[in-house]
Amino acid sequence: MSSAPLLEVRDLKKYFPIRKGLLSRTVGHVKALDGISFDVSAGEVLGLVGESGCGKTTAGRCILQLTEPTSGSVRFEGRELVGLPRRELRSLRQRMQIVFQDPYSSLNPRLTVGSILREAITTHKLASGRAADERVADLLAKVGLSPSHAARYPHEFSGGQRQRIGIARALAVNPRLIVADEPVSALDVSIQAQVVNLLRDLQRELGLTYIFVAHDLSVVKHISDRVAVMYLGTIAELAGSAELYANPRHPYTVSLLSAIPIPDPDRRRNRIVLRGDVPSPANPPSGCRFHTRCYMAQPLCSEQVPLLREVAPGHWSACHFTEAVAGK
Amino acid sequence: MTEPTPPSARHAAEHGASVSLDPLAPLVIDLDASRADSAAPPESPGRIFWRQLKKSPLAIIGGVVLIFFYVLALLAPFVAPYTQEEMDRRRYFHPPHALHVVDSQGAFHLRPFVRETRLANPSAFRYEEDPSAERPVRFFVRGAEYSLLGLFRSNVHLFGLDGDSRIYLLGTDSFGRDEFSRLLYGGQVSLTVGLIGIVISFSLGLLLGGISGYFGGLTDSVIMRATELLLSIPSLYLIIALRAVFPIDLPSQQVYLGIVAILAFIGWAGLARVIRGLVLSIRRNEYVVAAEALGVSRFRIITRHILPNTWSFVIVAATISVPGYILGEVVLSFLGVGVQEPASSWGNMLNQARSIRALTSFPWLLYVPGLAIFLTVMAFNFLGDGLRDALDPRRVTGGRS
Repeated sequence: MSSAPLLEVRDLKKYFPIRKGLLSRTVGHVKALDGISFDVSAGEVLGLVGESGCGKTTAGRCILQLTEPTSGSVRFEGRELVGLPRRELRSLRQRMQIVFQDPYSSLNPRLTVGSILREAITTHKLASGRAADERVADLLAKVGLSPSHAARYPHEFSGGQRQRIGIARALAVNPRLIVADEPVSALDVSIQAQVVNLLRDLQRELGLTYIFVAHDLSVVKHISDRVAVMYLGTIAELAGSAELYANPRHPYTVSLLSAIPIPDPDRRRNRIVLRGDVPSPANPPSGCRFHTRCYMAQPLCSEQVPLLREVAPGHWSACHFTEAVAGK
Repeated sequence: MTEPTPPSARHAAEHGASVSLDPLAPLVIDLDASRADSAAPPESPGRIFWRQLKKSPLAIIGGVVLIFFYVLALLAPFVAPYTQEEMDRRRYFHPPHALHVVDSQGAFHLRPFVRETRLANPSAFRYEEDPSAERPVRFFVRGAEYSLLGLFRSNVHLFGLDGDSRIYLLGTDSFGRDEFSRLLYGGQVSLTVGLIGIVISFSLGLLLGGISGYFGGLTDSVIMRATELLLSIPSLYLIIALRAVFPIDLPSQQVYLGIVAILAFIGWAGLARVIRGLVLSIRRNEYVVAAEALGVSRFRIITRHILPNTWSFVIVAATISVPGYILGEVVLSFLGVGVQEPASSWGNMLNQARSIRALTSFPWLLYVPGLAIFLTVMAFNFLGDGLRDALDPRRVTGGRS
């Protein structure tokens, strides 16, 4: 953490306008992302977890400028990405890539696996002709597929294999940063482990940096160095992976952790079941956004927005009563 | 096309999966066990396409019929015994000649022959055969000089009769012109008007619809308002107004190009709207975002990732709109703004069959161009259906949906 981080995200916001009526007047905003900040250093894996609709995917896409952020700053390799002209951004895309959630819609059904990978290679003029073919074969081997698969179409593969192709596509340009947007959520549990292991092996082998988005803390635990827990477009808690799991300092994290199934029928445990749905991000609750569902909410929580503060070295939490959480 | 075999059994048989009693079992296996792992060598896309196309006999028949028609139209000057303008003043409304192989003595001839006819009733244009005047059909006879494909000149025709005798395989029209020759020459216009028309209107429609759907916003609004403007003008007025821009005494070739341009100019708007709708849904796919994330240029994203996924629609729309162009040409010719006599097209041939007298006494005036149009339209539709199925890689496994 001594040198400058690879990625610095500061107060990143994305509001989607809600339009109504004949003249499509903007009547409000969906605050998908309401001011998140974090750093990711090179070679690190940052897990990004939260329930559906908390803004994880939007965060990933805003960082890569695939969705234009409303405000805030994203610095990659010390360079500001927000507001960068398209042309300059395109050349930077070689160094930051994305792996998608849905292995079925993330591969163009009309192109062979080979041409999907070649496109990535030739777009950035990394190789051409036979060299490109060899690179395609290398990539396929790297993700555990056979070079002969290059001539096949995506529909000929299973979900797990398609996800491997998606990973190969991201790797094709030798990126430094990969945003993995729920890369295993759509897969069977047995396949999930394979793909997570593949991602981890690749990360170690190639020294990659990941932002690993998931809605499942157990998957993230396996691969992340640090974990950020998101709730309604904000970060609730951010800590080193082991620290977060052992010593959560935000009631939301506590309830998420209690929901992880433990394969031991004899063990007794306190499950904290969150009631109700995530409130609408178009009209988030006042004060602490979590207070409507929090099991230890106090009157203060609905009045004052808790700031994300460092409660222990490298451990950040956005809760007024974080010490009380720790005491439990 | 419609096979009685249940899909699940067929599926299992094709993939060699163990057939269980549960009809769903092979399908379930299929979802998970990947076909990519099978030992079979990969097929090239071209081979897959052919294999798929061959599964649809109607499409093959349609394709063969169309190839046959296009070759005939291309070689019209050679295949047609006469030119499209040549008039036989002794044989107006002559019925199609019967080809005989048995002569009046009952002897069999390998070479077919026709009998000379004479006008038996001039007011009804009724002709009678003369059993004694037998004229054998000759091949590669010399006749009017022509230039084929604009490359070489010749006066050899595929078939004809000796001397002054004339053969009318499909009869003659009110000016005594050979319907068969006119059909072939007319096919040059009618068959290509559709092809060139769809090339123009589909390039415009695809590109503008693609840009409109992908970029959205102001670009989208401008293009869509333009199409609405175009669609809101009654097309017949637009046709006549545009035709009026061309001078009336243009050579027929230029009129022909003008017609194509008019039809294509009207045709692209509706298509652009549909393509825009398709693009709007396709661009939401993650593979489009993936291409953006890779830094692929927007032009390439549209042409490589978005538009090819509209193909199954476009192929069918194109094959179905070719008949529309052929019929459009008929309408234009009917209105007198299309291909002008004496040059022929299927449209102005059909116009000769407008009167009740033509329909009752000279029905070939209707069914010669009518059948040609009908067969072409059907062939295009069958071919379109087959192409759509064959071009969709998701159907490669043979499942019918």
